[in-house]
Amino acid sequence: MRKRFALTVAAAFALMAAACTAGGGGNDAPETVDPNAEHDPVTLEMWIPFSAEHEVAGVQATFDAFEAEYPWITMNITTGVEDDAKTLAAIRAGEPPDAVMSWALDDLAAFCDTGAWQDLSPFIQQDGMVVSDFFPPSVERYTGFGGKQCAFPFLTDAVGLYYNKDLLEAKGFTEPPKTYSELTEMAKALTEFNPDGSIKVAGFIPWFGNYYVNGDPLNHSIAWDADWYNDDGTAAMATDPDWAAMFRWQKDLVDWYGVDKLKQFIAGQGDEWGEASQDFQLGRLAMALDGEWRTAFIENGTPDLNYDTAPAPVPDDQADTYGIGRVGGTIIGIPRGSAHEAEAWLLVKFMATNTDSLVAAANAIGNVPTTFDSLESSDLSLPDQFATFLDVFENPGSHYKDMSILGSADQDILTSFAAKWQSGRITDLEAGLAQVAQQIDDQLEQAGG
Amino acid sequence: MALFLSPWIIGFSVFILYPMIASLYYSFTNYDLLEDPTWVGWQNYRFMFTKDPQFWIAMRNTLWIIAVGVPLQILTALTLGWLLTRPKRGSRFYRTALFLPTMVPPVAAALGFVFLFNPSTGPINQGLKAMGVHDPPLWFYSPYWSKWGLVFLGLWGVGQTMMIFLAGLLDVPQQLYEAAEIEGAGAWQRFRHVTLPMISPVIFFSVVIGVIAGFQYFTQAYVASFAVSGMPTGSASSNIGGPEESTLFYSLHLYIKGFAHFQMGYASAMAWILFLIIMACTILLIRSSRRWVHYQGGFR
Repeated sequence: MRKRFALTVAAAFALMAAACTAGGGGNDAPETVDPNAEHDPVTLEMWIPFSAEHEVAGVQATFDAFEAEYPWITMNITTGVEDDAKTLAAIRAGEPPDAVMSWALDDLAAFCDTGAWQDLSPFIQQDGMVVSDFFPPSVERYTGFGGKQCAFPFLTDAVGLYYNKDLLEAKGFTEPPKTYSELTEMAKALTEFNPDGSIKVAGFIPWFGNYYVNGDPLNHSIAWDADWYNDDGTAAMATDPDWAAMFRWQKDLVDWYGVDKLKQFIAGQGDEWGEASQDFQLGRLAMALDGEWRTAFIENGTPDLNYDTAPAPVPDDQADTYGIGRVGGTIIGIPRGSAHEAEAWLLVKFMATNTDSLVAAANAIGNVPTTFDSLESSDLSLPDQFATFLDVFENPGSHYKDMSILGSADQDILTSFAAKWQSGRITDLEAGLAQVAQQIDDQLEQAGG
Repeated sequence: MALFLSPWIIGFSVFILYPMIASLYYSFTNYDLLEDPTWVGWQNYRFMFTKDPQFWIAMRNTLWIIAVGVPLQILTALTLGWLLTRPKRGSRFYRTALFLPTMVPPVAAALGFVFLFNPSTGPINQGLKAMGVHDPPLWFYSPYWSKWGLVFLGLWGVGQTMMIFLAGLLDVPQQLYEAAEIEGAGAWQRFRHVTLPMISPVIFFSVVIGVIAGFQYFTQAYVASFAVSGMPTGSASSNIGGPEESTLFYSLHLYIKGFAHFQMGYASAMAWILFLIIMACTILLIRSSRRWVHYQGGFR
């Protein structure tokens, strides 16, 4: 009896272990489907991170158009799946959705490297598609890794400089800054202090870790053209002098404001994601780096704000690169184990390349459309200030950071260092950057990269 | 017998035993949730102790919150419990009022404290300034004060421990106090030689639970550090545990490794180290209790 019980328990564990390691494998040759042939009805399941009503409506219009194009396919959408861990769990369990959408660009390298998101290259070759005919070069750097094209873009984000025209004009400025020297000079001139010494209006907040875009070292690293990785795959923070230059510029401006004053100011900042509570919209920030989506916030929340946009400033010795910026946004792909790969490919290709759908979604959601045709479309109905972000996205020098199998771990290590650097707890910049690089290299070694 | 126990056996096996065995196995593997785990021996453990500076930062922060937070919580709970034995009228009201914060969900409480302690707009600093404090702390925005903010949050929600202390205090036989008084014992001596020994099982229980909870401290630090980062949900994990990693506790680091960086093998190793530390601390506390915990009737 005891032996039989032990065997039963052992069998149960074996079954559970087998269940928990399922979901591997994928076909080398892609399934094909002839859109013109007769088909049994297919329900295609897709998980998407969008959840706000206007966003879901914008994406839904794309799905409606897809269903009209391929009438035997019905879309079944699950919204609000922001956490990639859920998708990964489904892939591991062998029951993923047929197609997936993600905002987590940083995870793409791992998705690609492990095959969790299928390489789309066989589908692309099968259809004779030339990717560079559809998308600007910046797309390549955030939709593929290690020679695999694991994702296509579906709209994207681009970062630029927002500036308050009234505040600039009041101080005699007629143009936005184009270099970091100009940015620094204007930031100081535009800053106003209260009688108690606290900041009333900030020209530009250099603090890492305030608002989502403005406080992210990643955006500055793109502008400074600071490489994240060397050609041999090791971290480049200690070897690329642009990093040290970037951090020195940042610390100088931080110290001009004063660490505690900046912290005090940031603590009083309004909600970045409220329609009319973000500091730039309220006039407490004269200039700020932000994504293209802010134009919609301003239109809805503070329509009287007299503002304009421009590409983010670049270092003085790289003035010829002016116009570049951080780009990268929503990606779509086919997970390993997709039950309807052929139809999923039709969907991914349609969503990424159908001009009318992209334009409609861009208009509804307020993101940058991602194909050459959609960028030039006369149907785009976005604010004038949005043009900056279309240009930044199309600029061949715009890019996202180098992808890594570490996901966001490399950014976390750098951000952790940046926080201590800006507050003055780390004073030896070069040694600190060397430690950052060493830590990232150790993580890569640990991950088997 | 086995039939009657089977619901428990199945539940225990599926939800506790199997995950524990699986995580022990994963702790010796490189497991990224995307591919099958690959055996790496002791590599995760070696990396943890030699190449992960955040591990030691998280450990230091965790020990700090235990060393400072647990004694303060016990002292506060004991003081409040003792005060609640005093009033002749209105004791039910005071008990309810002091217990109410316990009912507030931790997420809401943490967000409330971030608002209250906001150095720019929060009423605490406004009040401190009104009282003449020129340079009040930056609280959750300062690496030197952020943990103290969490300690105050813990003290605010000490109602449950307070109720246990109240029950313990009310359970002390009155005749012991009377006997001590007849012997000439003063208030302090009565507290030291009657109250403390009689409530020592309650103190012991609170210390054990407090230490275990301290090692697993997560929600409040996660919410508070994320709230002050101003970042949207789902953004980079570097926003958790700030400012400057001052609230990066062991469980937060484990969570980031497992669910943000997808290093589940490493996170499993961290979980087992945490398990061993908690077990060692609990055994030490139980052993030490023989010297300072007194049970009525002498039972242990």
